[in-house]
Amino acid sequence: MTAPTRRPTSIAPAVGAVRRLELTDVSVRYRQVTVLDRVSLTTAAGEWLAVIGPNGAGKSTLLKAIAGVVDHSGTVDFRLDGEPSVGSGRGAPPRAARLVAYVPQNPVLPPGMTTAEYVLMGRTSHLRWFQFESGRDRDLVGRTLADLDLADMAARPVAELSGGESQRVALARAIVQQASILVLDEPTSALDLAHQMAVLELVDELRERYGLIVITSMHDLTIASRHADQVLLLDHGRPAVQGRPSDVLTAEILSGHYGVEVSVLPDPNGGVIVVPIGHRSRTADKHRTVADPHLQPVIHLHHIEPSEGDPPS
Amino acid sequence: MTSPGASARASAPLPSAVSPAPMPDAPEAAPAGSIEPQAEIQRAVAGAFRVPRMAWLVSLLCLALGLLLSVSVGSSDLGFGQVVGGLLDGLPGVRIDSGLTSTQESILWQWRLPRAVLGALVGAALAMSGAVFQGVFRNPLADPYLLGVAAGAGLGATLAIVTGARYGWGPFHAVPAAAFLGGLLAVGIAAVLGFGSSRSAASLLLAGVAVASFFTACQTYVMQRNSEILNEVYAWILGRLGTFGWSDVGLLTPYVVVCGLVAVGLARHLDVMQLGDDEATALGINVTVVRAVLVVIASLLAAAAVSVSGLIAFVGIIVPHAIRLVVGASYRVVVPLSAVAGAAFLVLADIGARNLVTGAELPIGVVTAFFGAPFFAVLLWTRRGSWT
Repeated sequence: MTAPTRRPTSIAPAVGAVRRLELTDVSVRYRQVTVLDRVSLTTAAGEWLAVIGPNGAGKSTLLKAIAGVVDHSGTVDFRLDGEPSVGSGRGAPPRAARLVAYVPQNPVLPPGMTTAEYVLMGRTSHLRWFQFESGRDRDLVGRTLADLDLADMAARPVAELSGGESQRVALARAIVQQASILVLDEPTSALDLAHQMAVLELVDELRERYGLIVITSMHDLTIASRHADQVLLLDHGRPAVQGRPSDVLTAEILSGHYGVEVSVLPDPNGGVIVVPIGHRSRTADKHRTVADPHLQPVIHLHHIEPSEGDPPS
Repeated sequence: MTSPGASARASAPLPSAVSPAPMPDAPEAAPAGSIEPQAEIQRAVAGAFRVPRMAWLVSLLCLALGLLLSVSVGSSDLGFGQVVGGLLDGLPGVRIDSGLTSTQESILWQWRLPRAVLGALVGAALAMSGAVFQGVFRNPLADPYLLGVAAGAGLGATLAIVTGARYGWGPFHAVPAAAFLGGLLAVGIAAVLGFGSSRSAASLLLAGVAVASFFTACQTYVMQRNSEILNEVYAWILGRLGTFGWSDVGLLTPYVVVCGLVAVGLARHLDVMQLGDDEATALGINVTVVRAVLVVIASLLAAAAVSVSGLIAFVGIIVPHAIRLVVGASYRVVVPLSAVAGAAFLVLADIGARNLVTGAELPIGVVTAFFGAPFFAVLLWTRRGSWT
């Protein structure tokens, strides 16, 4: 029932072909500011790496470096089956785009473009100059949209979708890319509980089935602990702690880097449950100084003192 | 890794087809009971990728009718039927007695037809150039003259007119060449400045603004020092279709055909560029190279059109937007349809330019704006909301 394959080699080998992803001393500087400082890590096929850390820690920058959309020093090596490694970086061969599918935190949704047209752009890395998509590419788009519960939206303008819908549409585009590494920046931030679950389960299933490497930045540490095989905690652009979720996601480590007291409870379904319980008192924190703005939480609830006579809200 | 959500998956609001990842050649991995989703998918996808046949039909019809009308109507009226006969007669291997006198024949073949064809080519070139510039810069206000083509061509044409008037060689033949070179020179400087200073599209845009201002200043200076040529320069700025018969058509055709084909062939790239540099790079597009190629293509189209027709405003910015409002924003549709619709629009405008005022010819740029602007306003109003 499938159409005859026009590009027989481009799909199957591309996926699962990356055995290992190795980052060595990857640093990113914007002018004088170092946003990412000598990150080294290794993940193997079939692994899920969660990148966590406070706002501004460099999570998005790390993902961009892996996707090759930001200039960096150090090396990002894709170790392929029986092939020399392929580096990434801006200007690297488009080959890297076949290996890595990247979804930014806030994908651009061009006005006037339909969902199907948008998702179809995921096939870009499989096409040469002046080549257009085949019926087979469009079939893949259709199947992916159906898998993500988006078939009804195929003909709707992508710019008019809700936040959750557009997040799933962006994921669909990444899946259609058929890369062996999925790099997702906050993939579930706009999703309700059910869709959060569904999207992560789908990603997990792809990971398991095709041996994908999944790299996500995440704010929800409970979800991170449930899915990740490896957690990298970034702080100020530096890799602070790296290891298995149970080793990284401890009350002591988290409160030290996020600046809040947390309690970490074992989750009967696997992983841990991370609950913030209050702002960490200043005097108790040896690491933090007032001069260091990065460690200041964005909201200082304890600074807001009700004035006399204010009605309780 | 454990998959603790396995039980929860059943309750997730996804259709049953969620399981088989649409991944690599998972051959026939569709689960049992997927027949119905398959049909549903086919429908959804077919609907989303539909070709706008109606828009194509209307545009092509307008172009064909416009061309016929353009060669029929004029100071000496040739009958519609006679014109059709005369045109068919011109085809190799066809002999039809059209009833045209030999004078009428030569009006048809040496005057009306080349002018109509030239109008179509200029319209197609300007509209495609505008569409490509709007796509490259992700800016709805972009037009073919964005990077200084107009200013450069204006300076070139002005210099040619001045030296021609002063030294007595027929100025007109020098004007197209000077305009073409001036236009390309301006874009070239803007490109070197823009691409050299940073990779972003914005710096190229700003370089274009700077270069255009400089060239316009030079042109104004030259005009001010040679006030006897003001009328001639002014007429050139307002735009008019050339009067050199087939030679202009011959000059313009290769640019329109080659650049047009490249522009249509890169329409997919233009779509991807709408995602911004980061995402386009991540999808495997070499943004810098693609942008450079597209800028060269669009500038060549604009410079070639300007060199034979002067500065015809409005076509390059409005036609692509009209297409967008009617059929959607994908450049696979916008670029080729802009070519056809732009050609039709300019051919029709030229009929107006030649015939609206008896005894004189209106500048075609006046006609395009006078009739195009209200038309576009109506379109904008009736389609409001479809433009996010």
